[in-house]
Amino acid sequence: MAVTAIKTTNPLLLAMIAAVVIFVVAARRTAAPWSRSLTFFLRLGLIVIAIRIVVEIVFNQRLPGHVLFVLPHLTLPHWAAGVYIGGPVALEAILEAFLDGLRLAVILVCFGAANSLASPYRLLRCLPAVLYEAGVAVTVALAFAPEIVITIASVREARRLRGRATRGLAGLRGMAIPVLEGALDRSLQLASSMDSRGYGRRDGTNRSTRRRATSATVIGLLAVVVGVYGVLAVGSLFGLGLPILAAGIALCALGLSVGGKRTTRTRYRPDPWRWPEWVVAASGLCALAGLAAAEALGSTSVQFSFYPLAVPGLPVLACVGILVALVPAIAAPAPPATVGPKALGEPATLEPSAVAKAVTFGAAGSRPTVVEGGR
Amino acid sequence: MIELRDVSFRYGESEIPTLSHVELSISEGELCVVVGQTGSGKSTLLKAINGLVPYFTGGHLAGEVIVAGRSTRDHPPRELADVVGLVGQNPAASFVTDVVEDELAYAMENLGIEPAAMRRRVEDTLDLLGLHELRARSLLSLSGGQQQRVAIGAVLTASPRVLVLDEPTSALDPAAAEEVLAALARLVHDLGLTVVVAEHRLERVLPFADRLIIVPGDGAPLQVGDPGELMEHSPVAPPIVELGRLAGWEPLPLSVRDARRIAAPLRERLATIEPTRPGEGAALRPGSVVAATHRLSVSYGELRAIWDIDLRFCRGEVLALMGRNGSGKSTLLGQLVGLRPPTAGTVDVAGHDPVGLGARKLIKLVGLVPQDAGLLLYSATVGAECSTADHDAGLEPGTTAATLDRVLPGVPVGRHPRDLSEGQRLALALAVVLAPAPPLVLLDEPTRGLDYPSKDRLVAVLGDLRDAGHSVVLATHDVELVARVADRAIVLADGEVVADGPARQVVCHSPVFAPQVAKILAPEPWLTVAEVRGALEGVGP
Repeated sequence: MAVTAIKTTNPLLLAMIAAVVIFVVAARRTAAPWSRSLTFFLRLGLIVIAIRIVVEIVFNQRLPGHVLFVLPHLTLPHWAAGVYIGGPVALEAILEAFLDGLRLAVILVCFGAANSLASPYRLLRCLPAVLYEAGVAVTVALAFAPEIVITIASVREARRLRGRATRGLAGLRGMAIPVLEGALDRSLQLASSMDSRGYGRRDGTNRSTRRRATSATVIGLLAVVVGVYGVLAVGSLFGLGLPILAAGIALCALGLSVGGKRTTRTRYRPDPWRWPEWVVAASGLCALAGLAAAEALGSTSVQFSFYPLAVPGLPVLACVGILVALVPAIAAPAPPATVGPKALGEPATLEPSAVAKAVTFGAAGSRPTVVEGGR
Repeated sequence: MIELRDVSFRYGESEIPTLSHVELSISEGELCVVVGQTGSGKSTLLKAINGLVPYFTGGHLAGEVIVAGRSTRDHPPRELADVVGLVGQNPAASFVTDVVEDELAYAMENLGIEPAAMRRRVEDTLDLLGLHELRARSLLSLSGGQQQRVAIGAVLTASPRVLVLDEPTSALDPAAAEEVLAALARLVHDLGLTVVVAEHRLERVLPFADRLIIVPGDGAPLQVGDPGELMEHSPVAPPIVELGRLAGWEPLPLSVRDARRIAAPLRERLATIEPTRPGEGAALRPGSVVAATHRLSVSYGELRAIWDIDLRFCRGEVLALMGRNGSGKSTLLGQLVGLRPPTAGTVDVAGHDPVGLGARKLIKLVGLVPQDAGLLLYSATVGAECSTADHDAGLEPGTTAATLDRVLPGVPVGRHPRDLSEGQRLALALAVVLAPAPPLVLLDEPTRGLDYPSKDRLVAVLGDLRDAGHSVVLATHDVELVARVADRAIVLADGEVVADGPARQVVCHSPVFAPQVAKILAPEPWLTVAEVRGALEGVGP
């Protein structure tokens, strides 16, 4: 879905993507602590839009258009020529800025959704042991984001107890350090616990094979990143995006298979990958496919611009594609709620939702793909 | 089984070694208890056994640690996972997966055990630790005791030969702690596992110990030996040992059962005396009410945290809130400082609703020291912490520093709060909270991680607070603390008040919350060794 958002500039389509994503999350999220990260990302998205518009107004580019109002403008010294502060503000420019912000915001919301549906622990278990060192780093990073949400709550409580501001700029500044500290601590603990329980063990594999496997995987991953960029940013890399992407995937596969052979790791009752999982993954791709098809068929409203000022049209095919992404809301296996109204440990966090965090067997395995399919 | 040869360790930039020239050998099937003050190097010693020290912590380790024939020199922690199982202080922080069953299987997956064997071992472990009803539960929904048992199970499935536990019961209520310790004792007896446990609350683990290891700290040599012998001269001792010393029992009893057998003459001598504690009667006089709740209920979604609670908090009283993990103690304290609006009912603190109160005004009326006292501290040094506290509360500069001096003299001013000992950190947090002189002082689990001397200090401070007319509320699992300091005790269960009355009556009538002395001297309601000593001195030998 995030990819779809990058590829379009039509505000109606963007709004629709956001709505679909939020709906799916609402239908299928658990009450785990990280589920609330969507709200956080939503807020972040709104801030992004606001900042983008303010920047556009203040540093306006003096593009022609319907002038709304005129700000007093500053005359800058000659070395800053080309940068304008203040001056006439055009409606088109503001709308364009809004659109830009909206795109970013929708992408953020997609990531927020990924975060709130997928348990980081569960994703982590799927990580191949070849990437041991990287794996530990990823562990730390993955545990970091949801932990921050929890830590913020307890730090905010503590600040209130000290009689300090919990809101506003002063509050934010004072909270940053303890929050980061707390979340980092927690993540390090997780990593050390994984290590002492044998994560990344290898039997007597020789070092050079291991190193080769690791480097193949890492280079492959890098190639994938570059390739994805090439595919998304049309016109860069001279059309080499797709080949690079393919080569990257091949290298990754090679590295993982060589390394995987050497690691002694088994799976306990692996998550089944049955038709609901396929449906979920496919529906994510559908949105992208719909958009691509609409574009291929020459629908101009996929790439939309407010120059000249106009009401955006609605490409039907792309619409259908995005709506298909609603399917997971029904198709994804519901998280079975087997958790009784049992007492929670009474930690300083006092997080109510931690209690109801539902058990997810088949469900969690598939739900990450809702978003991964679109990433 | 475990062999430490001339082991010395210091952290990166530190001058003083945490451990120096440690020689220790632990044989198979032993249950060793490691005792020492916070910061004495207990945790370092434990982590050295599976190589987390120095692989994960950094620092310099000299000498050699050999576990089941493997040296940590050549084997990083992950290579020792099938020999040593390490359970950390906070089990929730060590969970890698989110469901009980997956968590149990995690270590085996890493070891590459056959799926069929894995399935079998998971079932065995579920049975062994009594977890089978919880198998599909989310880890976060478990109570503290259950989490701790899952954490133990999660390392047991790898069938290690050594189990290392760092303060496994410090966060648990008495019943849950018993549950965990019983599981440990069973592992030692049935499976011949070697177990090393670090623990502050000696009274809980001593009956199970085969050997005691005292870590004096600052690199002084370890004292290792039979618990009974070591206890005779140990400066730190649980109440049962102190009572034994007082009564001159030989050999020193370590369990309540042993003590009760020899205690019959003592019980007879004390039968005619009414047990009291200095100041106890005075405190029961109801002073003016500082805070009250009226039909207070709080729910988190489906969960009812506290339900329909009517309580009054009076001046000059130390109130102990007890109850198992998750019974609503912390929620109730949170309500008194207005952390979130109640679902129903009202809270009244000195005539105000704490939720609507500005933070600055709030701290003049009520102060809360949270479970993790460090959360209250932000500054880089103790001195800076004190002056910001003065500034925050609008006090005369120096007020907090003076308060700190009263609570615990000699806290180094230039030290970072994180580098303080647990007791010093608590004292600093307490000073910060007390400086604006709030009439209502709340402490959430203050003795967690405290050694005996720090606990003595805390008891003295709480007594002073009561005498100065504060209303003190403690939420705690520590029954010995309650026995020593509380005037009134309230037991919460599932968010409701099930007992409310004079502490002596409440704790003595409950088999779970009774302190050791009360268990030994039942049916007479004696609570502490000090009371017994006072009584014996009164009647003469």
